[in-house]
Amino acid sequence: MNPFKSNAPWLLSGPAIALFVALLLAPMLMTTILSFNVFDYNTGIKNTYTLEHYIAVFTDDYYYEVFWRTFWIAAVTTGICLAVGAPEAYILSRMKTPWRSIFLLIVLAPLLVSVVVRAFGWSLLLGPRGIFNQISLALGMGNVKILYTEWAVIIALVHVMLPFMIIPIWTSLQKLDLGVENAALSLAASPFTTLRRIVFPQVVPGILSGSLIVFGLSASALAIPGLLGGRRLKMVATVVYDEYLHELNWPLGATLALILLVANLIVMLSYNKILERNYQKTMGVA
Amino acid sequence: MSFLTLTDVTKFYGANCVVDKMNLSVEKGEFVTLLGPSGCGKTTTLQMIAGFADVTEGQITLDGNDITHAKPNTRGLGIVFQSYALFPHMTVEENVGFGLEMRKVSQPARARQVADALALVHLEDYAKRYPRELSGGQRQRVALSRALVIEPPVLLLDEPLSNLDAKLREEMQFELRQIQRTVGTTTIMVTHDQTEAMSISDRVVVMQAGKITQIDQPYNLYENPQTKFISAFVGKANLLQGEIVRHENQLFIRINGEYFACPETHLPQGSQAFVSLRPEKIKLTPLHEGLLNGRIATRFFLGSQWLYQIETKAGLLQVVSSNSDTEPLQEQQETGLTWSTQSLRVLP
Amino acid sequence: MNKNGPLALLFNGLVISFMLAPLVVVCLVAFTPGNTLTVPTTEFSLRWFKAVFKHSDFVTAFWNSLWLAIAAASLSTAIAIPSGLAITRYQFRGRDALNALFLSPLIVPHLVLGVALLRLFSLIGATGSFVWLILAHTLIVTPYVLRLIVAASSGMDRHCEDAALSLGASRITVFWRVTLPMILPGVTGGWLLAFINSFDEVTMSIFVTSPVTVTLPVRMYMYATESVDPLMAAVSALMVALTAGVMLILDRLYGLDKILVGEK
Repeated sequence: MNPFKSNAPWLLSGPAIALFVALLLAPMLMTTILSFNVFDYNTGIKNTYTLEHYIAVFTDDYYYEVFWRTFWIAAVTTGICLAVGAPEAYILSRMKTPWRSIFLLIVLAPLLVSVVVRAFGWSLLLGPRGIFNQISLALGMGNVKILYTEWAVIIALVHVMLPFMIIPIWTSLQKLDLGVENAALSLAASPFTTLRRIVFPQVVPGILSGSLIVFGLSASALAIPGLLGGRRLKMVATVVYDEYLHELNWPLGATLALILLVANLIVMLSYNKILERNYQKTMGVA
Repeated sequence: MSFLTLTDVTKFYGANCVVDKMNLSVEKGEFVTLLGPSGCGKTTTLQMIAGFADVTEGQITLDGNDITHAKPNTRGLGIVFQSYALFPHMTVEENVGFGLEMRKVSQPARARQVADALALVHLEDYAKRYPRELSGGQRQRVALSRALVIEPPVLLLDEPLSNLDAKLREEMQFELRQIQRTVGTTTIMVTHDQTEAMSISDRVVVMQAGKITQIDQPYNLYENPQTKFISAFVGKANLLQGEIVRHENQLFIRINGEYFACPETHLPQGSQAFVSLRPEKIKLTPLHEGLLNGRIATRFFLGSQWLYQIETKAGLLQVVSSNSDTEPLQEQQETGLTWSTQSLRVLP
Repeated sequence: MNKNGPLALLFNGLVISFMLAPLVVVCLVAFTPGNTLTVPTTEFSLRWFKAVFKHSDFVTAFWNSLWLAIAAASLSTAIAIPSGLAITRYQFRGRDALNALFLSPLIVPHLVLGVALLRLFSLIGATGSFVWLILAHTLIVTPYVLRLIVAASSGMDRHCEDAALSLGASRITVFWRVTLPMILPGVTGGWLLAFINSFDEVTMSIFVTSPVTVTLPVRMYMYATESVDPLMAAVSALMVALTAGVMLILDRLYGLDKILVGEK
């Protein structure tokens, strides 16, 4: 087709652009404005503006605790996903067909099951009647309480996020030229050295990509902390939920949501810059 | 009278001139090949004739009609792409019949014409197959038959044989020529393979950096290349450099102190000249019985021929001699070389 | 080291078990004859499944989710096809920015989207509107369809379109007879992926659904926070079954690993 008519691509993307402007850009703008609105418990959202919500979030210890909990849960989740996902992706890539496809599918398929179902499943496993408790009782170690602790949330998050870590690492591994590995081995490098100095550096973009996705999704998770964290364990998303649907303090909720978004972006950008700089130094442009 | 004419056709991509004032006249029924290295503008020229690239300046006329800015779906040309571009979701039959469908040809007439077109390329039994079930050579023939069935005024071939392996390429070259002669369609082919260009075409258009350097029949192009580039690009050549010397009404070229008789040229006495000498024009003689002596540096066996690289006072010469019943020469062996004066080509 | 040792295989086994455990346990508990959330060992019963179909809230929520997913998938496919073609066929200033815009719902947390859309809906009086809910879901699932269509469109031999043009086809005919059939796997795979993602979505939907338009996952979430009985397990098991069905179709049509991982 002739790439020279300059209006066609804009006409073709028109409907999608309209949808995105109306349902993404405009609402984001409105929410940003909302975060500055005054809120009165008796009369609701007022048309005057204030910075009090931002000030509250940055000064109140309660919010600090929530953000800190969210951050470290997301970080631990990311770490575990990396520690489990990277080796798993590597092991899968070494399998022969048909096993490779089968296991890859089993690992990735839960992505298509709703997070509510998965969280519920974990509440069954981690609850007082769940298998972990049964094992603990059988071993005479008494009741082990996992449900409604941070670890329940982390375990379920890892379950949901693991595919998001495995996919980009898997993709990086697929692009790997196996010949390079064999070349290293033929030059008398040990398998471990080969892994460390040949395979790993080439997989770094996948690791980076996966980590960012997992961290971002974990920090903003709602259903999992909602179902597995109980009423006391609040993460940013559940606090936002409370503000919006129980307290009706939309401006405060908007403030929290936006801070989460911005914090996410900052973490992503800085992580990206650091690792990319290191990566580019050693490998050149990807 | 020219059937397809390009007049001062020029193409710019931004500030980059890809085709520079190209002038070409193709006669009805002719098989013309645009030959040149990658980037010479031959494919762009073909795309402009087809209508897939806009013409920046100039005019393209077909049978008297100006088609320079006509849309590609109105030109009615037959095109065979390098990748064949067969519709993967349609059978061979449906592929070949597509152009007729667009022309609203009725189903029975279409079926008949498709069958004829497939018969032309010997693929009658493959009508109901899908492209993925065909070999490369078969796909190429389907592409050809799809382009010919619409009886186009001009057939355009974009490197049609480059995806085939060597043996198949040779076979297809002859078949292609044969089909073209049978049907009589004016054809323009683009290729970077000079043996292909030479063996099939009526005329070869050598292009370099957007310009035409020589248009000639294959034999003339080979025997009388106009530039150093062409002589080396088309076939193999020994390129020698020396000084023109005139002595007693005889013309010589002095290379490294040796004098060799040289054919008439307009170049003045004392000037530096390049001469081209084809490897097959050099004959091997016993030592001291030729124009020159040399030592075989390396030899290559090419089946029907021996290729010798011989060190001589005039430089490293390539000599090809046919694998007849005489004993081939060994490496490091010394031999004499000779050629007729007319075999030398002085390059202008 | 081209083979996996026993340690590696054991590790893989553990990961596989980990990934399947919650789904397996949910499906098992769904068959319990009793009233508590235990894994049935001796007796199996369908009573909780029957209870699901009698529970009008869940049935309504199911139909809501189904129609919503079908509508969102179809609408997103309809706008993704021309957009995908625009992005892959044309070089124009702003192309990369446009591509990034269309993929941005993947990066913006659904929490933030939910909150933002709630605000929008309340200002324009769209709360409780099924149509606006469809638009919201369309926004979320468009990146999935777009990605697959862009992949299919860049992967196809563009010369086929040129060939069709040269044979006399109009632009529209080229689209219907050549381009669309050639990118069809991407289109159908995209539709199915969009469908399942819309059906599953909970985080954003919590904010933008109303009691009338409530979707199945949201209903399940509410139920799970209020009461815990095997009814929830039965609904979950049914959802797993539905997902498995869609996955099978996706795999047949397109190749599930290609969709989840991307073309190699």
